[in-house]
Amino acid sequence: MILNQFLILGAFLFSLGMYGVLVRRNAVLVLLSVELMLAAVNINLVAFDAYLRDAIAGGQIFALFVITVAAAEVGIGLAIVLLIFRNRQSANVDEMDLMKL
Amino acid sequence: MGELVVFVIFAPLALVGALTMVAARNPVHSAMGLLMTLFSVAVFYVSNNGHFIAAVQVIVYAGAIMTLFLFVIMLIGVDSAQDNQEVLPNQRPIAVALGLALLGLVLAAGSQGWVPRGTGSPVNGTIENVSDELFGAWILPFEVTSLLLIIASVGTIALAQFRPRAIAGDEADESAVDGELV
Repeated sequence: MILNQFLILGAFLFSLGMYGVLVRRNAVLVLLSVELMLAAVNINLVAFDAYLRDAIAGGQIFALFVITVAAAEVGIGLAIVLLIFRNRQSANVDEMDLMKL
Repeated sequence: MGELVVFVIFAPLALVGALTMVAARNPVHSAMGLLMTLFSVAVFYVSNNGHFIAAVQVIVYAGAIMTLFLFVIMLIGVDSAQDNQEVLPNQRPIAVALGLALLGLVLAAGSQGWVPRGTGSPVNGTIENVSDELFGAWILPFEVTSLLLIIASVGTIALAQFRPRAIAGDEADESAVDGELV
C-alpha cells in the first residue's frame, strides 16, 4: 500500500493543470485544464481512502461527487463558451473584457 | 508490490498525457492527452480498490465529458494559434525559480510519512458497498448533488436556447435571433 507516490503525482498533475489554466488562451482549453486539476484531486481522495481504510468510504464517495460536479461545471461552462463564441466570434479569454472598466 | 509496478507503469503515462494537454498546439491533441491521463487515473483507482469509481471515471469522464469537449472544439474550430509573449518583465525566470521551489517542497513533503495508516478492514470499492454507503451515510450530499445536476441541466438548456426578444414566439423575424448577449 503506497500513499506518498500518489500524492506527489497528484501534486504534479494539479500543477500542470494550473499552468494550463494560466497559460492557455482558448477558453475550451482552460476548462480542460480545470478538469485535469479535478482529476488530480480525485487521485488524492481515493489514495487517502485506501490508505486510511475509511469505514464509510468517504474518499471514494467524495471522488464520485467531484466527478458529478465536474460534469455539471463542464455543461454550464461549455454552454457559456459557445454563447460567447457565437456573439464575439472568438473563444480567446484575453478578449473577454466586457466587464473591464 | 503489484501496486507499485502498476504505479511505475501508469504514472509516466499520466504525466505525459498532462504535458501533452498543456503543451499541444492543436486543441484536439490536448483533449487526447487529457483522455490518456484520465484512463491512467482510472487505473490508479482500481489499484486503490476503487472499482466502481474507476468505472464511473471511464464512463462519465473519458466517455461523456471528453465527447462534449471534442464536440465544442470541433464547433469552435481548431485553428486557434496563440502567441506566448509575456507582458511582465522577468516573468519566466521567476516562474522557473518558484516552480523549482515548489518541486523541492513537494518532494520533501512526500519523502516522509506523516499520516498514520488506517487500522480497519481494507476499503471495499465494489458497487454494492459504495451504494450502501452512498444511500446510507451520504444520502443528504447525494440529494444535494442531484439538485445541483438538475439546476445545471436546466441552466444549460436555458443558455442554449437563449434568444433576446424570443418570448414573442417563433413569429419573430430572423434579425432578432442573433442578438447581443445581455
